[in-house]
Amino acid sequence: MESLTFRHTTKKPLPGSVPNAITGVVASGNLEILLERVLPPDACEVAIETPIAGYGPVWEAVVADFVARAQPGGLRISINDGGARPDTVSLRLLQGARLMEA
Amino acid sequence: MAGAHAASTDPDALSWYEATARQRVVALADPGSFEEFLPPTERRMSPHLPLFDLPRAFDDGIVVGRAKLDGKTVLVAAQEGRFMGGAFGEIHGAKLVGLLRAALTLKPAAVLILFDTGGVRLQEANAGETAIAETMRAIVDVRAAGIPVIGLIGGRAGCYGGGGLIAGICSRLAVSEGGRISVSGPEVIETNKGAEEFDSRDRALVWRTMGGKHRRLIGGADAFCADTVSAFRQAALDLIGRAPAFDLDTLEAEQARLESRIARFGDCRDATEIWARLGVNDPESVPAMDTRAFDETVSRVREADHDAR
Repeated sequence: MESLTFRHTTKKPLPGSVPNAITGVVASGNLEILLERVLPPDACEVAIETPIAGYGPVWEAVVADFVARAQPGGLRISINDGGARPDTVSLRLLQGARLMEA
Repeated sequence: MAGAHAASTDPDALSWYEATARQRVVALADPGSFEEFLPPTERRMSPHLPLFDLPRAFDDGIVVGRAKLDGKTVLVAAQEGRFMGGAFGEIHGAKLVGLLRAALTLKPAAVLILFDTGGVRLQEANAGETAIAETMRAIVDVRAAGIPVIGLIGGRAGCYGGGGLIAGICSRLAVSEGGRISVSGPEVIETNKGAEEFDSRDRALVWRTMGGKHRRLIGGADAFCADTVSAFRQAALDLIGRAPAFDLDTLEAEQARLESRIARFGDCRDATEIWARLGVNDPESVPAMDTRAFDETVSRVREADHDAR
């Protein structure tokens, strides 16, 4: 297993007040994402556990793109990966942020 | 509560087969009523899977909690068939056993188990086998306390292995066409006895031997549902209302039912022969029947409904 953690500073907090949400399932080509509103409003941390080693730079790029688009300030995001492709990861992250805004 | 914020969905439109465990629970319960125990934020994950370099799930593949069903309090457990085939590991099993034991104190109107499992998780087999046994013991205690335990089966993993054993001691079972109930799965039978005995790639054979329609016709399941969450909800409500008492009469009736079943059908070579003996006019047409036509067929089969189990 490879563990990766990325920390970002955001320009603003994610809107809404949902304390936590989960989306996705740990299955082949899929992943689960747990989002918790527990950090300072300008901070976002994404921690990933993946059985597929060696894709750190791809994860880093996908997470940076998500942070830039969603501005998920305040969120700690934990991911259990089942070998999801970058596009699936990106969609799940945006889906998770939407659940937190509800 | 993490589960309560899963995407809201229309129970009439949501396919039970396609839905995740979390979607099933939220859509099955009265709106907004589901309260999860040990939610994903608690991170009760398998201590064994990292040894095998396998990914874990925050809920270890089972969602447990309390909900309202038509205003009545029920306890609910839902297995996630897509995470490791919904298999029983140590934490997964402990969450189910704990829920059942809690029922003795909380006295809900029923415990609902949304099966979606291939059986024991091989990577933590001893703990999984123990969990199966403990679950069966706990169900006996819950039923003896007068609380019905209702199984709902229609997920993609079916209900196999130890899950099939657990289903066998529930008060009542509801199944959809996609649901399958058995102990040894098709691949297991083929591996041990050869493709001549059971060809696991013959999907029609698998479904007519283990599928929901067959189980309903022979009385192995007590309700047949269309593949929607609202159909399962209706079936659960109906079955809670007519769950049998757990007493000597029921157990003796179950023993008599099973003895007469093997006496009557023990020499059949295919499910269609059983359906013919049950009095189904055109057994070959059963797999293609829609829910309404199948319900009519079931209503004419004496063995499908009984006071046993």
